[in-house]
Amino acid sequence: MIQYMVENSDLMIMLIKDHMYMTGVAIALAILISVPAGIVATRWQRSAFWVISLGSLGQTIPSLALLGLLMPFFGIGLPVAVAALTIRAILPILINTCTGIAGVDRSIIEAAQGMGMSKGQILTQIQLPLSFPLIIAGIRTATVHCVSIATMAAFVGAGGLGELIFQGVWSGRAVYLLAGAVPAGVLAIGLDWLLGRVEGRLTARTT
Amino acid sequence: MNYLFNNLDTVWVHAIEHVQITAIAVGLAILIGVPLGIFVTRVPRLEPYVLGIAGIFYLIPSLALFAVLIPITGLGSEPAIIGIVLYAQLVLIRNTAVGINNTDAALIEAGKGMGMTNRQILWQLQFPLALPTIMAGIRVATVMSIGVASIAAYLGVGGLGVLIFRGMQSLHTEMVVAGALPVSLMAIVVERLIVLLELRLQRNRTYVKAAQEGPEQATAA
Repeated sequence: MIQYMVENSDLMIMLIKDHMYMTGVAIALAILISVPAGIVATRWQRSAFWVISLGSLGQTIPSLALLGLLMPFFGIGLPVAVAALTIRAILPILINTCTGIAGVDRSIIEAAQGMGMSKGQILTQIQLPLSFPLIIAGIRTATVHCVSIATMAAFVGAGGLGELIFQGVWSGRAVYLLAGAVPAGVLAIGLDWLLGRVEGRLTARTT
Repeated sequence: MNYLFNNLDTVWVHAIEHVQITAIAVGLAILIGVPLGIFVTRVPRLEPYVLGIAGIFYLIPSLALFAVLIPITGLGSEPAIIGIVLYAQLVLIRNTAVGINNTDAALIEAGKGMGMTNRQILWQLQFPLALPTIMAGIRVATVMSIGVASIAAYLGVGGLGVLIFRGMQSLHTEMVVAGALPVSLMAIVVERLIVLLELRLQRNRTYVKAAQEGPEQATAA
């Protein structure tokens, strides 16, 4: 397996790049959607219920099925993969944003109000910075899920490490299977570890 | 949608296969995970190791986990079931351990005061009180397994994933939807059913506070 990976290092690098690109774009989109949505949901309590329900529905649907259900709208290739990954990444980030903002100590907010800070200032200078560790924790969960679903993206022609697994099943060669599966596993574990470190550092700073 | 309605019998056969694989795998996973969860509350020293190993299996993409198993077990239901069982362990072990460890200390003291042995305290106090938390773990594990079982279709074990994969390969979108829609419905319905079961379990307890404190795990396959 290692020999195969060294001999085909160009291919390996390309597939890993594909994989990380999909995950990166999806996570970025998910952050852009769920952080504002989380802020809105904490402002208007009534919307929170709907936002969270919709999010958890997206979470119950199996990832492969999600990929399939989006095919009629996005066709095949990168767009459908990114769409599925993004939908999957929204809920963990959204819930953690809501929990983070809602969980800021009342007395801190009252102190800020007493100092004459506006609602917007309280949000951007107090609530959001204090929620960062939790938001990062949400991004961490979302990233692991995305790396996992991105391996299935090969089935809709979006590339990524799943391509090798796919070929391995077809040809019955273990080398392909392992050359796709091991880097995917390492990527998931590595990103989880890395974001865990970031989370730990942020937590240490805010407390 | 036409494909779905014109081939209801095929879809039905695959749905039954799907339920069978999931049921066998989840059953096995519970038989391993819940005792392991109880075990780590007895030997707390081992808890980080057991959870760490289960956590690694949980992190590995399910498709990659299956791919690693194929050279060892070959294709078929073996790698499918082993994969699902490994994947579900983290949630089951953790929820069981949390549920049991969260029992109100005062209740345990009272049990000891009444002359209960450790074993009696475990089976007559801690375990029943932990049941709702354990059930929540089983719910998450089951929903996850329904999803992972659809991926297992590429190992040749059947199930609704067959339609999804076959449709994706032939770019037959309607066939994909005919697999994806029922499997999503299955996940949602099963989730609701187990939630109802959890509520019933909680209502049956006169003292539920300790059990309710166990955290739920939101997750996905």
